[in-house]
Amino acid sequence: MSGIQSNVAQSKGYWQSAMKRLWADKLARVCIAILAVYFLCAIGARLGLIGASWNEEVGVTFANPSFMANAPNPQGKDSFIKQDVLKIDDATRAVDPLAPYYDEIEKRAAHYQQSSREPKWSLPLGGDKWGRDLVPKVIKAGEVSISVGVSAAVLAVILGTMLGALGGFFGGKVGDLLEWFYNIFTSVPYILLVLAFAAVFPKGITTVVLVLSLTGWTNTYRLIRSEYIKQRSRDYVMAADAIGASSSRKMFAHILPNVSHLVLVQLSQLVVEFIKAEVVLSFLGFGVPTDSISWGIMINEVLPELVLGKWWQLATVGVVMSTFVVAFGLFTDLLRDALDPKATRR
Amino acid sequence: MTQDNLLEIKNLRVSFRLGKDSHFEALKGVSYLVPCNSVVALVGESGSGKSVSAMAIMDLLPRANTQIAPDSQLLFEGRDLLQQSEQARRGLCGKQISMIFQDPMTSLNPVFRVGEQIMEVLRLHESLSKPAARKRAVELLREVGIPDPETRIDSYAHELSGGQQQRVMIAMAIACKPKLLIADEPTTALDVTIQKQIIELLMKLRETHGMSILFITHDLELVREIADYVVVMQQGSIKEQGPSAEVFSAPRDPYTRALLACRPNVAHRPLRLPVVEDFLTGREGDLPQGERARGVSASDPIILEVRNLKKTFKVKTGLFSHKEVGAVNGVSFKLARGKTVGIVGESGSGKTTLGKTILRLNSCEGGEVIFGGKNLMGMSAQEFQPYKRQLQIVFQNPYASLNPRFTVGDILLEPMRIHAIHANDKDRTEHAMQLLKRVGLDERAFNKYPHEFSGGQRQRVSVARCLTMKPEILVCDESVSALDVSVQAQVLNLLQELQDEYQMSYLFISHDLSVVKYISDEVLVMNKGDMVEYANADELYRQPKHPYTQKLLAAIPGA
Repeated sequence: MSGIQSNVAQSKGYWQSAMKRLWADKLARVCIAILAVYFLCAIGARLGLIGASWNEEVGVTFANPSFMANAPNPQGKDSFIKQDVLKIDDATRAVDPLAPYYDEIEKRAAHYQQSSREPKWSLPLGGDKWGRDLVPKVIKAGEVSISVGVSAAVLAVILGTMLGALGGFFGGKVGDLLEWFYNIFTSVPYILLVLAFAAVFPKGITTVVLVLSLTGWTNTYRLIRSEYIKQRSRDYVMAADAIGASSSRKMFAHILPNVSHLVLVQLSQLVVEFIKAEVVLSFLGFGVPTDSISWGIMINEVLPELVLGKWWQLATVGVVMSTFVVAFGLFTDLLRDALDPKATRR
Repeated sequence: MTQDNLLEIKNLRVSFRLGKDSHFEALKGVSYLVPCNSVVALVGESGSGKSVSAMAIMDLLPRANTQIAPDSQLLFEGRDLLQQSEQARRGLCGKQISMIFQDPMTSLNPVFRVGEQIMEVLRLHESLSKPAARKRAVELLREVGIPDPETRIDSYAHELSGGQQQRVMIAMAIACKPKLLIADEPTTALDVTIQKQIIELLMKLRETHGMSILFITHDLELVREIADYVVVMQQGSIKEQGPSAEVFSAPRDPYTRALLACRPNVAHRPLRLPVVEDFLTGREGDLPQGERARGVSASDPIILEVRNLKKTFKVKTGLFSHKEVGAVNGVSFKLARGKTVGIVGESGSGKTTLGKTILRLNSCEGGEVIFGGKNLMGMSAQEFQPYKRQLQIVFQNPYASLNPRFTVGDILLEPMRIHAIHANDKDRTEHAMQLLKRVGLDERAFNKYPHEFSGGQRQRVSVARCLTMKPEILVCDESVSALDVSVQAQVLNLLQELQDEYQMSYLFISHDLSVVKYISDEVLVMNKGDMVEYANADELYRQPKHPYTQKLLAAIPGA
């Protein structure tokens, strides 16, 4: 029976073997590495390990990126406020009521060490209007955008998939009820719906996630429902029925892996959509608090900068964000391929 | 001389590009002739390349990945088709050479009236005016036997029955009086009685039009009836060809002999059906002789009794109104232990619905199914759950009935887990391995996915899945209909062996009268939801009492 033993050892679950297939793909490994960097940065920023100092004005206004440090920067020079040191002479002493305390002030001031930090003329990727370094800024912004985009998308997809599976699989009264619910949801203009939700919940990042996911599940629901209607009458589901599988088993163990490609495509679409939607919410004053930063807000800041020819904030956030979106999209595509044992491998 | 031969195919080699440097050789140097005014049958199983050669004649192969060897020749009336321009060949197709396909439902455009589709052919090739084309289309429809062609010409495809659709396809094909008609499995999707009518029509048209027919099929009995010449193909090469009488009376190639032998025959019922391997390995002489006795006697213990079973479907007729359509109208029969009841009928007869209703895979509107002294139809879903393992089903399409995302191991373990058969997964795995071996599959199959298997192997997995629960009753719903002849014989043999071994009772649902005769002890004939005749198999085939049964039996090719 050793043959059987070894076979059992090889026998892996559906997900486990899918992961193995995914890992075998070079491109998938690259995507996973990129995404890992992003998620690590986001977690690091959340824990305050990196990017915590994003709000400090370390450079001159619109400090040049370091690779073009010598380029002229009139805005930067003009914006630099000269601090003239006050000279104290006898004439001043004569009119100043605080003059008798000068010595004491001097004495106390000696306890403190004052050093003026010279604002930098160039920063690694340049600076923004307030002279903030773009590197920590884009990392901190990533934390907000990734957590909002990904968690809202995951929530929305889970919600849509569950409801779609229930509605599509059972049909009848349950299906009608869910359809009715869906119709009401979609009949309200999207932005009004978002505003209604945002008005009820307190302001904060959690609210943004909730608002986006509670309004964004409808597309996934519709797709998954139609797919379940198609799949539920398939022979393999009937065969599962014949061997006595329960409804939840049929729904989630049998049909779900067969519609997982749709779920994944929805997920990658929604992540991008929600990262953008967060900007709209922030613009309307329902998004992330004003003292925090996100990729969306950064893009929003870009418009007046471009008029002045300061392109580096756009370049930074554009490259960072599109790399994330592309890596995420490719990853879900490859995951979909890996989940399908039939798909041909490169 | 070329004058006698309408079409000469010389050393045709076709390969398909699969990947960057992988090729699939579909035809490995095929040569045959189609003489004038004759029927040439191309016979073979799936993957034999029989359709590819027809597609090559019609220039229907995808240009992007098809490679036809430069020394191949397709001589139509002495001219090589392969040397002609694409435009010249377009002109030839439909006019000189035309083709009808297997599935008339998908070959007709659903949004155009059938008349428009026939007229399109006429206007393209004969440049007739619209009224003239319409007149001609009516004539054609009358010729192919469509009743009331003046009104039918304005029907849509879905308003016609399957047989009528195929007649329309034939009308389109003969519209320009072609010299060669290629018929690619034209009757496979049709019922036997309709098949007979279509074949008769084709033969009549051949005489009146003096055309040749290249008939592609897997059905040897049909070929025996109609063909003048037979070409037997296997895996891209020709195994045997010659005049029909010669091939059928004295087949030279073992593969031809195997194909002829492994198809169940209404006249004989061997103990075991011969399979292709028997012939290819030269074990032809060692086949077990003798006939299997069939039939049910009064003393056989009854395991399942169906009494007056009714199933109706609700069809929506308006927003709030619906009418009920009877799919099964009061069917009663008894199934004895270790015996088989064959249920035959044409499509729409309700035979599949009957099987599914007994297993409670759909609802039931009346009647009883008595199993183990209890009425299965009266139970709640919970009460029925333990009975599910006793009644199992093998579906028609092995490609659809196995979850593509499950490995064979998962498929076999699942029912055992659900019904808590064996204490742990280790025992279950061991059991599954034994069953895999029992149904003739390798142990390595355990970790593979369904798509890695052929149709016959998948059907074996389906059977093994049922066996995990040691059912008393197995419903075989057209379980061998989608399989090639040689594979069909293997699966039928497996089913028979398992019945002998486990004393299972079968409910064998099929439209194929020869197969049903081979495997059944009793036969139940259904027509439009009604039970027409129910008798011991031998008796029913010898002396059919009901006119419908007589009509069915008369339509079997070769009968």
